[in-house]
Amino acid sequence: MDRLLNVLTLASGLLVLLVLISLRRAHIRVEYSVSWLLAAAALLVLSRSHRMLDAAAQLLGISYPPFVLLLVVGCVFVLMFFRYSVILSKLRDDNIALAQRLAILEYHLQSLRSDGSHA
Amino acid sequence: MAPTGKDSLLIIVPAYNEEGAVGGVVRSIRMVLPDAPVLVIDDSSLDATQQAARQAGARVLPLPHHLGLGGCVQAGYKLAFELGYQYVIRVDGDGQHDANDIPRIFEALRSSGCEMVIGSRFVAENGSRPGAMRGVGIRFFRMVLRPILGKPVRDPTSGFVGVNRDALQVFSKSFPLEYPEIEALVVLQRRRFRFQEVPCKMHPRTTGRSSITAVRSIYYIVHVLLGVLVNLLKFDSRARRPGRPGETGKS
Repeated sequence: MDRLLNVLTLASGLLVLLVLISLRRAHIRVEYSVSWLLAAAALLVLSRSHRMLDAAAQLLGISYPPFVLLLVVGCVFVLMFFRYSVILSKLRDDNIALAQRLAILEYHLQSLRSDGSHA
Repeated sequence: MAPTGKDSLLIIVPAYNEEGAVGGVVRSIRMVLPDAPVLVIDDSSLDATQQAARQAGARVLPLPHHLGLGGCVQAGYKLAFELGYQYVIRVDGDGQHDANDIPRIFEALRSSGCEMVIGSRFVAENGSRPGAMRGVGIRFFRMVLRPILGKPVRDPTSGFVGVNRDALQVFSKSFPLEYPEIEALVVLQRRRFRFQEVPCKMHPRTTGRSSITAVRSIYYIVHVLLGVLVNLLKFDSRARRPGRPGETGKS
């Protein structure tokens, strides 16, 4: 049990480190880093606090407490992926609208140029 | 390319890598309707589609990157709406639609008062036969759409479509981005718009490739079914209201 918890602690610490480095290098925006940092911090706390882990396992009816952490990890990733799917969908919609607007503006520009050359 | 008169018509031709066919499509349209402007929407083709369209006498709306059929057609609808056109007829750039049928669609749009007119290969027997896979898909979506639309539609996957300004207003703001034909019918139905089918011919594709391959047809069916369902849920509250709302969100 301890070995698994230690691995999860290490993984959480690495995740925090990775997010902070990415933030410093401007590879990730602050608003998108918050959810990762919160998730990593929650995992870190749970993996180091046997009392909280045992209480959560009892509450959920799980006999092997480290499974609680794996369950939390799974839920967090599902939620994060869903959130990023929503963000990606919005970005795609915005991207399409921008591309269409750009094309229309370019069309108007071409029309103005051809009108000017005929005048 | 400013619209003139109360019956101003714009022909839009969405095209992606259609350098072999689009010139002939534009020329055939200009032979049938010499006064109607033709706008080719180039979906960021990798070949000389733009040049072929311009040489044939069309204006070109060049998309900066590939958007897919729905985004491409919607760009044309947006421009047509901005310019003030009353009617828009979409003709595919692969040469499958017969330009001689355009006047029939235009006349139906003007005289019927329907917001959308579909050129259908099944209204009258004209020798047009879809491929086996497409035929199965068409029959399936006929069954799905019958209770939703409240009337039968014989050729729900036809892209040979004319719309009036009311539909143009809706589509310029909300248009399905992939495989748009079937979903577009549902979008209109939720606003209590009407459609009509008129007979037309469809030629077999001579160049290029269809966007719907055999492998992708399963994805197509699932995608379109989901799109239909989403549109039914999305606009249910609006459909219950009296009148014809013109505003909408994204599709």
